[in-house]
Formats: sequence, C-alpha cells, structure tokens
Amino acid sequence: MSPAEQSQRKRSTRNGWLLSAPALTLLFLAASGPLLIVLVYSFLTPGQYGNVIWDFSFDGWIGILYTRDIFDGTMNLADAHLTIFWRSVKLSLMTTALTFALGFPTAWFIATRPPAQRAMWLFLITIPFWTNLLIRTFAINEVIRNEGLMNTVLTGIGLISEPIRLINTDTAVFIGMAYVYLPLMVLPLFAAIDRFDMKLLEAGYDLYASRLQVLRHVIMPIVKPGIVAGSILVFVPSLGAYVTPRVLGGGKNMMIGNFIELQFGQGRNWPLGAALSMALLLIVMAALLVYVRASTKGSNPHG
Amino acid sequence: MTQKVAITAQNVVKAFGQGAAAVRALDDVSVDIATGEFFTLLGPSGCGKTTLLRLIAGFEMPTAGKILIDGADVTDKPPNRRPVNTVFQSYALFPHLTVAENIGFGLKMQGRPKAEVAATTTEMLALVKLDAMADRKTSQLSGGQQQRVALARALAPRPKVLLLDEPLSALDLKLRKEMQVELKRLQTETGITFIFVTHDQEEALTMSDRIAVMSAGRIQQIGAPRDIYTRPVNRFVASFIGETNFLPVTATPQGARLSTGDVIAAEGEGSVLIVRPEQLRLGPPGLGAGLAAKVTNVVYFGTDIHVNLSLADDTLLTARVPSPVDGGADFATGQAVAVTFQPGAARLIRE
Repeated sequence: MSPAEQSQRKRSTRNGWLLSAPALTLLFLAASGPLLIVLVYSFLTPGQYGNVIWDFSFDGWIGILYTRDIFDGTMNLADAHLTIFWRSVKLSLMTTALTFALGFPTAWFIATRPPAQRAMWLFLITIPFWTNLLIRTFAINEVIRNEGLMNTVLTGIGLISEPIRLINTDTAVFIGMAYVYLPLMVLPLFAAIDRFDMKLLEAGYDLYASRLQVLRHVIMPIVKPGIVAGSILVFVPSLGAYVTPRVLGGGKNMMIGNFIELQFGQGRNWPLGAALSMALLLIVMAALLVYVRASTKGSNPHG
Repeated sequence: MTQKVAITAQNVVKAFGQGAAAVRALDDVSVDIATGEFFTLLGPSGCGKTTLLRLIAGFEMPTAGKILIDGADVTDKPPNRRPVNTVFQSYALFPHLTVAENIGFGLKMQGRPKAEVAATTTEMLALVKLDAMADRKTSQLSGGQQQRVALARALAPRPKVLLLDEPLSALDLKLRKEMQVELKRLQTETGITFIFVTHDQEEALTMSDRIAVMSAGRIQQIGAPRDIYTRPVNRFVASFIGETNFLPVTATPQGARLSTGDVIAAEGEGSVLIVRPEQLRLGPPGLGAGLAAKVTNVVYFGTDIHVNLSLADDTLLTARVPSPVDGGADFATGQAVAVTFQPGAARLIRE
C-alpha cells in the first residue's frame, strides 16, 4: 500500500468514527448510561425513605435469594422470591408456546392469501396495538372476572352453575399475556413464511414426505429464524411483564416486574430493586444465548 | 403396443374455476407412455402440458378421467404415494440442506436404512458428477450444478417415471446444450421413463423418443420427432415445429393446384399445401421446371440464408438455402428465380 493510500485510509477511518459519533453518544446516554446507574445503585445501601445511602453493600444482590430474619438477623433462602422467579419463567415459556401454537397457523394463513389481501390481514393483526395496553388488559379483566362477560353468559345458558374462577390466577395472567403478545409472534413468523418458497412443499411431497414430515423436515427448519425472532419478542417482554400480572393476577400472583416495582415503591429497597433488574437482564441474556445456540446448531452442522 | 406401459392417462379433463368461468386446461387427453421411453410434452405456454405433468405427479387432481402408473390406478393417491419424482423448473432445492442431504431426502423419507441412503447418495453424486460438492449448501452452486442436484435428488429413489418440468429453461444456451446431452445419457444409463415438458421444439426434436404436441388443452399429434416434423397433421403442428410455407391449393386429379395455376404432386389430403423452407430449391428462371418467383428479401443467418420470395400472384414463400461461399449462388432482391420442391417434400393438410 502506498503512503497516499495509507493516509487516505486513515482519514476515512477517522471520518467514519466522526460520522457515527452522534449515534454512539445517543446509544451511550440512552442505553448504557441508565444501565450503569442501575448497576451502581444495586451495590448501595437502602435509605429510610426509599432513597439510597452511598455505602457500598452486597445486600441488594444477596436479597435476591435470601431474606434477613427481622428478629435474629439470620439469612434464610427466600422461598417467596424463588416462587416469583419460577412463576415468571414458567408463565413466559407457556406464553411463548401458546403464542407460537396460535401464531403459526395464523401467519401461515396470512402468507398464503393472495398478495392483495395480505396487507389487510396484517393490518387487522396490528389493530390491538392502537389501544393502550392497560385498557386492553382491563378489557380482558372485564371478560374473565367472576361477574364478567364469560361467566355471565355461561351461567346464563346454564352451562355452568358456579362462575369459573379465573381472575387473580396464574391462568388469567397466562391468557392475558398470550393475548397481548400474540401479534409479536405473528409478525416475524409471517415475514419468514412469506419468504418461504411454496414449491418446496411440492418437492417434499414428491419425495415421499407425508404432510407431517414436510412440516418437520422442510417448513420448520426453513422458517426457524422467524420462530426464533418471534419467541424472543414474546419471551423477553413476558419475563418482565408488569401490567398484565398486576391487573389479571392480583397482588398474590406477582411476576418479576411487579416484584421490582414493589422494591421501588412500598418495599423502599432501591438496591434490591436494582439488583433484581440486573438479575432479570442476566436471565434474559442467558435465555437468549441458550436459545440462539440451540437453534443455530441444528441448522448448520458444517458451519 | 407390445411394450410395457409406464403411464396411462385416460380421458383426463382438468378444469380450473367453477361453472361458466371454468377454464379447461386439459380437455379429454388420453395417452400411453411406454416404459423406458423419453417422452416429451411440447406446446406453447398455456397449452396444458405442465398441468398434465402435475396430474401425473399428483399435485393436481383431475376433474374427470384416470391416471395409471404401471397399470395401477393412482388417480386418488397423493404425490408421496406415487412412484414418480419431479425435477422442478425452479429446481426447488431445500436451502437448509447440503447437496448430499438434498439427494438423500427422498430415500430418508421412505425410511430406507442409513447405509443405503449414504450409498445411493454417493452413487448419485457420481452419476451427476458432483462428488466434490457433497457438503456444499445448494445456494453456493451455479445454476447448472443446481440443475444436476435437482436431477440426482429426483433419481435417487429410483422412481418408475421421472417428470421434468421445463428443467433447462433457466440455463443459458451453452449449458442447455450440455444438459440436453447429459439428460439423454442419464436416461439411457438409468433406463427410467422420462416425461419431459418443454416449449422448445428443437429441444424436443433432439432428445425425445416420442413427442406429444399440445395446444389448447388437447394433444394435437403424438409421434416420433421425424414423423412430427415431416408429417404434421394440422396447421398448428406444422407451424409450431419448425418453419413452414403454407399455400392454399385446390385438389385436382393431377395434384394440388396452386393459386398461380401450377400443379404440384403432394401426399395427403386437404386444402393447404405445406413445404419446409429447406426443401425448396432455387434455380435460374425460364428452364421450364419450377414456379416462377421473384426474390423480395434475403436474410443472412450464418449457416444458411433465408430467401423471401413472391410468386406470380403475390403468394409469399420462404426458402432456406446454404450460405453462399465465395463465387457460390447468391441472391439479390428483385432477382427472378424458379422454385422447385424436393421430391416428396410437399404435403397436403386440412386447415
């Protein structure tokens, strides 16, 4: 490389950094900055009135799994916390599974419509986004509560004598989250299926695959990126869900999101809340890593 | 027919759409295709050739009629229960599988033992000369190589019949010529019945044992390439396969009388006389024999030249003669010539 070329290259590298500076600044301020504050707060001591005292302490992180006995000060494993974690992970996995089970046929249906109709169907899928999440969640509440629409109708036609008790249960939270996050599953699945070459179905059938085998050996592996994207888009916000468990799960069926909120509110334990937030972040990252590794392994044995 | 029959289509009708809007893609088509034959369905787009192929494969169900494979009625069977495989026009290779996995797919789905799948895959890779590409993804292959994978994949399960849906149309001319030879070789080596769909008449003539010329959902003529070329049954076949001069004639006891009054001996019957451009001979005028004509235009094609002629009553004719070498016969616009026909070249067909 000639000196002239070298200097030109240096200049273009410098210009590149200069040009991306606004984006990098924004990224730091908007993403990394707040995260750093949360990280710092998780190592401080809670104050009396919900503030923090600038004393370094691991109590926030320890508090994730252990509680200090009020009387003798011993540390015990916090069963209640574990229950909340387990419920969050379980409900998020179930939500992901249900949205996939409902979303896949939906996305397939839309992708196989004539092109002129697809826009209309996609538009219908996005309509729920027009309404505030809180309002939609209260609407579900109105449907499934003991004196709500579902129970009134079912008792009215004599199908049940006692109302089905759904509200304030894990099932209610599960149904609510599946409803709220379904579009997030449908859209990436649609994008993947839309790119799928339908001729491959015929090729599969032609080569002696049954319908199920075509689904398993042809469709699924090819639309896998869409399945991964949809699952991540549903699983991640489910894990941190706040509104849905609050409105449909009542006070008892908390998920991590509600538990974190509690620490910043009545709990007056900001460091614990901050530590929980960081823990949630780590769980999500771990889940993503596992998922992405598992999903790329099968598809590319030689890569 | 004494030969074994691989495929029989009996009075097959395929209509798309409902009621009055229904379009008959196939209109009462019957054909027997012999085992081991290289059979071509030839016709312009929309003639029903691909529909017939898809009915044999099982992708479409006939509106009426039956499809038999090796004598067994498969009309109601889905594609995965028919002993035929298809080479698709777009190849339809599985993008998530390697070349070897693509080729082994059919055998794997049939539940054959792993060792057999591996052995057959290796054998097929060698057959289509892709041994070195076994572990590549299909997207890393050239068009010609993808074509070979599609062929190997369809041949691997040893189907009774191989269906080829315009497989060469996406290739450039040189590669297409190579693949034509390759296909013929594969067919001879495997002994499998090939049903080949194409709109390219030259491809059909060079490769086929027999050709079915289709138009408007019907088979117009079935025969060996030579029969079809030399003895077309109607105007459609005559004009679709090669170039033809059509001359209106009236039948007389002496032969067919042209509108110019000249009488020509011709086989067949009908009111149209056909003669291929290469069967015309152009000589110096005024020696008695031949039709008097005037050269209206000369087009140079390299191997030969097309001489456009007009007869005394302005009927137009085209003659195809070898390119003139230096000092050889050349023609100029306005030149007067005498047109003679090769013996047996003129035929009569019905309109």
